[in-house]
Amino acid sequence: MDKDAARKIIVDGLTKKLKTKSKFYLKDFYKMLPDEKNKDIKNLVNLMVREEILEYWSSGSTTMIGLKGKGKQAAAEDEN
Amino acid sequence: MAKHETPLLDQLESGPWPSFVSDLKQEAASRAKNEKGVEFQTPVDAVEDLLGVLELSYKHGRTHWKHGGIVGVFGYGGGVIGRYCDQPEMFPGVAHFHTMRISQPAGKYYTTEYLKQLCDLWEFRGSGITNMHGSTGDIIFIGTSTPQLEEIFYELTHTFNQDLGGSGSNLRTPSDCIGSSRCEYACYDTQAICHELTNEYQDELHRPAFPYKFKFKFDGCPNCCVASIARSDMSFIGTWKDDIRIDQEAVKAYVAGEIPSNAGAHAGRDWGPFDIQKEVVGLCPTGCMRYEGGKLEINTPECTRCMHCINVMPRALRIGNDRGLSILVGAKAPILDGAQMGSLLVPFIKVEEPYDEIKAVIESIWDWWMEEGKNRERLGELIKRQGFQALLTATGIKAVPQHVIEPRSNPYIFWKEDEVEGGWERDVTEYRKYHQR
Repeated sequence: MDKDAARKIIVDGLTKKLKTKSKFYLKDFYKMLPDEKNKDIKNLVNLMVREEILEYWSSGSTTMIGLKGKGKQAAAEDEN
Repeated sequence: MAKHETPLLDQLESGPWPSFVSDLKQEAASRAKNEKGVEFQTPVDAVEDLLGVLELSYKHGRTHWKHGGIVGVFGYGGGVIGRYCDQPEMFPGVAHFHTMRISQPAGKYYTTEYLKQLCDLWEFRGSGITNMHGSTGDIIFIGTSTPQLEEIFYELTHTFNQDLGGSGSNLRTPSDCIGSSRCEYACYDTQAICHELTNEYQDELHRPAFPYKFKFKFDGCPNCCVASIARSDMSFIGTWKDDIRIDQEAVKAYVAGEIPSNAGAHAGRDWGPFDIQKEVVGLCPTGCMRYEGGKLEINTPECTRCMHCINVMPRALRIGNDRGLSILVGAKAPILDGAQMGSLLVPFIKVEEPYDEIKAVIESIWDWWMEEGKNRERLGELIKRQGFQALLTATGIKAVPQHVIEPRSNPYIFWKEDEVEGGWERDVTEYRKYHQR
């Protein structure tokens, strides 16, 4: 699958779930593209972060990934 | 006059040990005075507020920190950990108080000048509070705000040639002992391999690839000064295959009391004369030593390289010459499934640049763990869940006796169906002809 099609599947998949969830584990992305190699998906997800389509959220021990600008944002993270 | 009353913290200063509370108060006073005229980019009273929020946490018996966040530097998925205080009005100086992990140099060697420069940067752009070093080994900068992160990162990388460390679901900053730079026990060059693998796996260090954290640690010998066997998913421990080298004249000198045992480490008290039988031979865990007629003998096949005899008599006994390392896997602290020590995977491997054989083991483990590991499941937990045999299959390593922890308690070497004639299926009717229900 070409990268643009994979990008679209990821963005659509995350957008669809936005109502209930804004941060995802890397493994959730593997499920969106079952025919692709996990390593390729990992590289694509990290590329999409550099392209500012996605962003990381980290607890310090675990990293989650979401659509950039969606869910609670850095400026509001100190709010309850 | 302190900004906040801290009677509970003050009490912590009354013990015999150096107190972090005293350190924090010293830093708070230094920032208030600001003798160097620093233009602080983090509130000047951040340390006062840190003391205040800590006092409040002791009073309430609960934390007032919120965990995690979107903070980070561009393109990096690790190295910065978001921290916010849930009492920002009471403690505005620590309302946004993120942690940065700075990758420690191999063996933690640096010049005092470099440390001063790092501290000056942190005084300017952060709270001035550091943790030297965090559990993973990184230099920890505690407390700054989001706008300062990129500034600090730019300065670190461009002026100090210094990278951030790992955090989150990344490879964590690889950590090693001082190795052959200063230690005669080192069986391989820990700093060389630590440096090489840090460079090789930059992507894994900075961009999340794994179900959870992953740690490498390199110990030059089984004394395990970095405690890799207890703390790292992959532990590389120096070892040797041939005989411990014995200098019989030096052994006699120890016995005669001419050389102090343990390099004089127990000199603070009179323990009586050195007793080689009691203190060395009798404490050998495998009973592979004997001292008779003024001669020390070691039965090498029985020796487990525990290091005890070498530690007691370092001038008489030295590590062997056929050196390499053992790889152990799966150690972890007790977050999900209880603490675990590492299990031996590769009993002996030569340590030769460019370390291709070692990299092949690492990468096969990662492939398996990335495929099979659940979210937030450490390698040790996956091994426990699927069995050590699954790890052996994934890495293509043949089961060997060293994989068995002790006779008759081995939980993980099983026959596979294709190794057994007829497989697991059987004809029940045929079976019942010979066996009643």
